[in-house]
Order: sequence, then structure tokens, then C-alpha cells
Amino acid sequence: MTEAPTMTAGHPRPATSTATPFWTFRRRDALAGYLFVAPQLVGVALFVLMPLALVVWYSLHEWNVLAGSFDYTGLQNYQALLEDPELPGVLRATALFSAGLVVLNLGLALLLAVLVNQRLRGMTVFRALFFSPVVVSLVAWTIVWGFLLQKDGGINGLLAAVGMAGPNWLRGETTALLSVIVVQVFKNVGLNMVLFLAALQTVPHDLYEAARIEGAGRFAQFRRITLPLISPTILLTSIITIVGSLQVFAQIAVLTQGGPGVSTTVLVYYLYQQAFQFHAFGYGSALAVLLFAIVAVLTVLQWQLRRRWVFHES
Amino acid sequence: MTLKQRIVATVAAGLLIATAPIAAPARAEGIALRMTIWTGNKAHLQLLDDIAAAYRKDHPEVASITYETLPFDGYTTALTTQIAGGNAPDLAWILENSAPDFVSSGILLPLQDTLRATAGYGYDDLLPSATALWRRDDALYAYPFSTSPFGIFVNLDLVKQAGAKAPADRIAAGEWTWANAMADAAAVHAATGKAGLVVRDFDYKLWDNLATIWNGWGAAPWSADGKTCGFDQPAMAEAMRFLHKAVFTDQAMPGPGAPADFFAGDAAMTITQISRATLLKDGGFAWDLVPLPKGPAGEYAVIGQAGIGVFKAGPNADAAASFLAFLTNPQNSARLAQYFPPPRKSQLVVDQLAKANPLLKPGQIEAVVVHGIEIGEVKPSHTGNAQIAQVVRAGLDALWQPDADVDAALGAVCARIRPLLAR
Repeated sequence: MTEAPTMTAGHPRPATSTATPFWTFRRRDALAGYLFVAPQLVGVALFVLMPLALVVWYSLHEWNVLAGSFDYTGLQNYQALLEDPELPGVLRATALFSAGLVVLNLGLALLLAVLVNQRLRGMTVFRALFFSPVVVSLVAWTIVWGFLLQKDGGINGLLAAVGMAGPNWLRGETTALLSVIVVQVFKNVGLNMVLFLAALQTVPHDLYEAARIEGAGRFAQFRRITLPLISPTILLTSIITIVGSLQVFAQIAVLTQGGPGVSTTVLVYYLYQQAFQFHAFGYGSALAVLLFAIVAVLTVLQWQLRRRWVFHES
Repeated sequence: MTLKQRIVATVAAGLLIATAPIAAPARAEGIALRMTIWTGNKAHLQLLDDIAAAYRKDHPEVASITYETLPFDGYTTALTTQIAGGNAPDLAWILENSAPDFVSSGILLPLQDTLRATAGYGYDDLLPSATALWRRDDALYAYPFSTSPFGIFVNLDLVKQAGAKAPADRIAAGEWTWANAMADAAAVHAATGKAGLVVRDFDYKLWDNLATIWNGWGAAPWSADGKTCGFDQPAMAEAMRFLHKAVFTDQAMPGPGAPADFFAGDAAMTITQISRATLLKDGGFAWDLVPLPKGPAGEYAVIGQAGIGVFKAGPNADAAASFLAFLTNPQNSARLAQYFPPPRKSQLVVDQLAKANPLLKPGQIEAVVVHGIEIGEVKPSHTGNAQIAQVVRAGLDALWQPDADVDAALGAVCARIRPLLAR
């Protein structure tokens, strides 16, 4: 214990042994960590962050692809958003589509999850059946539905068999929107069903037992025990579904191309039309920024509201 | 090897791999030309490939000529996306409806000097009426590769089955009018359950194909100068009422959402161009090709056009223009005439076209193609076409309902496109 001060005083240590080496264990460890995440970071930067920044940059320009001009116009494209006569109709269609999709999807998913959560023989078959559309190719799924929804298609054939005359589904404003929503719900309801099913199976049985002893009926048990306990999953599925509903494109492109009128022209499809069909890349980019803002605001809002209704969050 | 050495070695190896393609010397491979087209028809592609091979024989500097088929539906969108991505083809077919946008943009190479300078080309043989859409003063921005009048293909078996008069007999009797044609189409639907008349490619979306009908009423979507909306004019309203009645009352045409393919034998008549005749090669039914019926405004014809342009910013623009001059020289133009009627006056003679089109009878060629090009008007086009087309499509959706108010729907279309026409 006394040796060290003596050594320091009498025989100064050579410089190499006193300076801390640059590659300390901690630094080497950190570098290895950064190298491991680097491929993912590069990917995100290249394919997410850079396009995001570029879209904002493009939205400040008038870009005429054919003429090859790219002129800075400031906030002119955002001013055009306010003056676009089509945009209110597009936002209305987007809101109706999202609201319809979220309500139908979550409602049906929860109902199916409760049904397939029963301990009955052959239940796994039903679970697989309801989940199977999730793994089907989206465009193939939509094309087949397009045939079924034709005026003389399968759906109206079935209706005719029971003596009902079905509408021309994809040609009426209301029925077209409803059709697109239902096609999308059937495609993805299985995913939310599985999430709900997993949540339902985590609810402790003794809670139900206690409730039954206290005289609670099935509905009261569902409302007072099941719903609060699976509320974190409801939050998750509602965020996923709302964000997903604002990004729906292929179904619209295949089934209705935004028609009839603009009844199914949702924001993403309108953005595509402006940028890729009308060659207004600047304005299309401004619409993309608007869509980004809407998704961000809705997600933040839900995140904030979770404290009010999600169990464990208050 | 220490960890530090290992990291340095890994990073160095990574950098080496990443920069390898940049460091490798570019191989001199010759010129590779690429042309976007919308036909995927095997016979069309074979002929185009044959011509390309013949060109390359005399031009060793051209290593390859590839045709890239883009789907007709969304063709212009796909093409402009390639341009926006900095990957424009060297040559491209351009549809007539986007001609004003492309011609006025300055993106295309003026071709008249190259074509004139090509030995034996016969530039003055090109019909001014055929090149009008692609010209600005003396500069020709695209070659009118196909100048194809619309006619009506008729399934004679279905017409006979319904007890209706064959269109050829109606023409001979001087009663080939739209009223009679639709009555015959309705009769076929009533008797056989098959569709009556199908306007091919229309499908209640690509409405510019309806010019093949409303031109018979002297109607047009906008005035000749493109500034005034024509949808709310009396002639257009009359034509649209006729169409609405044919679809929803007489069921002479299949309604929205009920597609029918003439070439599969599902319809009595279809309005389309002669290049589709190849679909009848193995046809299981007797057929005829007749000109469009007379409308209230008298005899008329409508022409669909496709131009081929060269993108001037490309590194191979001159080579592309030279290939285009070869592709469209008198000899190749005569070969291509079997599918794509040429804009050359000397070749628009029945004998020549009949030789190129073994599927069609000389009488059919005379009536539909030669006479059609003489009197025909090109399908409507306008600058900013895609947006106008979309707005009109959305507006006309209100008209394709059984209980539609035709005048109100047409008035609404005009209200929506006026600002776009005025641009």
C-alpha cells in the first residue's frame, strides 16, 4: 500500500503506461454495437429519413417532369392545398373510410376473438380460417373481390338466389366506399383477431370467478373485466388500424380508381394521382406532408389519450 | 488478430466491396437503345424485333435495341415516372391524348432534319393531317407511327341469331345509322343474352373513346382552341342522352361493371381499331368490319394515333433518331402497315394495305381505313390531359346511373373542367 507513492515520487512511470489507451473496453464495446446496428441505421436513413426530407424539399418546388424544370416556389403548394376544390371531398372520403374501417375491423376482430377463444373441438381450424386472408396476396385478393362485386358477379348471384336484387356495388357512391371498406376488413381482420385472442388469454380466470360469485352477468364481466384488461391491445390495434387505413392504396387502385365521382378517392390515392398521373410532383409532395402530419397527430393524440382509458396507464 | 485489427479489416473490406463497381473500368459495349411501347402482342413484337435486327446489321455501333412493354392502362403514368426517375427511354410511343403535353414540353428531339436527310425516306410523303398533332410549325416532335381509324367489328353469327340485318346489308340499303345500329345491338342482347355493342377500352372510365360515337352528333368535349367546354352544348347532350338510353333503357350496351369481350364471342359489335384484328385469327365466329354508322350530323370517322418520339436529353438521342428513321422508312412502314396504318400518302392505297393485312378484305380496308383517314378527326387531346381526363371521368360517373339527370351531370362536368381548360 505504501509502495505506490514511493514509486511515483522516485521513478516516474513512462508515458505509455500512464495514458489511457484510446480503445478502452467501453469504446470497443460501443463501436461493435454501432457496427451491429449500422446496416439497419443505413437502411432507415436511406429509405425512410432521406425520402421524408426529400418530400418536404420537393413540396417547396414546382417540378415539371416533362419540361425538366424544378423551381423553388416557397409555400405555394401549401397555399394550393387550401384552395384545392377537390381536397375537401378527398378528406371526407378519407375520414369516412378510416372511421368505417377502424370501427368494423376492431369490432369484428374482437367478436371473432371472443368466439374462437371458446374451448371447443376444432376451434383451431376456425382460427386458421379467419387468419388465412392475412397471408393472401393483397392484389390477388382485391382482384377476386372485384369480380365478385361486379354487377353480375358472385355476390349479386348469391343475393339473386335468395330472391334479392343486389346493387351495382362499385358504381354507387355509398356502396363503392362500403365495398372497399369490407374488402379491406376481411383481408386484415385476422391479424387483429389474433392480437385480441392473445390478450383475452392473459385475463386471469379467477377474476371472472369472483365476478360470477358477486352475481355479475356475462355482459357485465365482459365490460368490467375483459375490456379494461385487454385495453392495451385495443390501443395497439387501433393505432395500427388507423395508420393502416390512411395508407390504403392497392384496393382503391384495383377496385374503383377513386370513383365513382371522388367517393373513394382517399388521400393516398389522390396524392398518387397528383404526382404520377398529373405530373404535379411538388403538389403531390405537399399532400404527402399533409398525410404525414395527419398520421402523426392522430398517433400522438391516441398516445396521450391512452392514460384515460388504457389499463395500467393511469 | 486483435479486435482493433479485425474491425479495421472488416471496414476496409466493406469499403472495397462498396466501391468496386465504381472502380471497375466501364466496358465499351456499344449503344443500347430502349423503346417503351404498349403492345405486348407477340406478332407486333416479332415484327419490331425483325426490323431492329436488320438495323443492327448495318449499324454495329448499336449493340442492342429492346422494346419495353408497359401496360396500356397507365402507360403515360409509367413513362413519366421513368422520366422523373432519370431513367427515360431513348424512344417512346406516345398516345394521342398526351401528345400536346409531350410536344409542348420541349423534352422531345425535333425529327424533321434527321428524317429529311435519310436517303429514300420520302419525308414529303407524310400526310400533313396525320402529322398535325405532333408538329409545331415545321418541327416534327414525333412520328405518327399509327394512324388508325376506328371501325366496328361485327359478330355476324350473333346478329343472324337475333334475326337482325347484317351491317353490310344496312350499309348497302343506306340505313347504317346509329339508331339502327343500337336497335340491332339491343335485339342481339334481347335474343341471346350476350352484350350488344361494346366500346372497347371505354369501361366507363376512358371516356375519350366515346368520341367514336359523339362525333356523329358533331359533339366535342371542348372547342377547337381548347378553351371552351363542350360537354354542356346541345349536340353533346343529345349524344349523351342517346348513349344513356342505349345503356340503361334499351340495354344495347353492357352497363357499368358488366364487362364483355367481343373477341371472346361475348358481344355482337365492338368499336375498335384494325390492329385488334389479330385477336380474330382463331375466331370461332363469322365476322365483318364496317365503318362507324352515320350520326345525326352525317358521315364521320375517328382516328386513334400513336407517335414515336425521341428524348433529346438521352446520351443516345442521335442514334435513336437514326433508328426511328429506319423503322419508319417506306419499306418498314409498308410491313408495319398490317397492324399500324402508316401516315404515308403513297401507302394508303387499298392494294398495298390489303397485301399487308391478309385478315381484312379490300372492301373493309377501303371503307374503314382509307376513307376513315381521309375524313377522320383524331381523338380529343388537350394540354394537362391526365388531370382533365380524371376530372371528366369523375363527373361523368354521375351520368352512368339508371336515373341520371343527363343535363345536370354534363353541366357539372363543365363547371369542374373550365378552370383546367383555361390554364
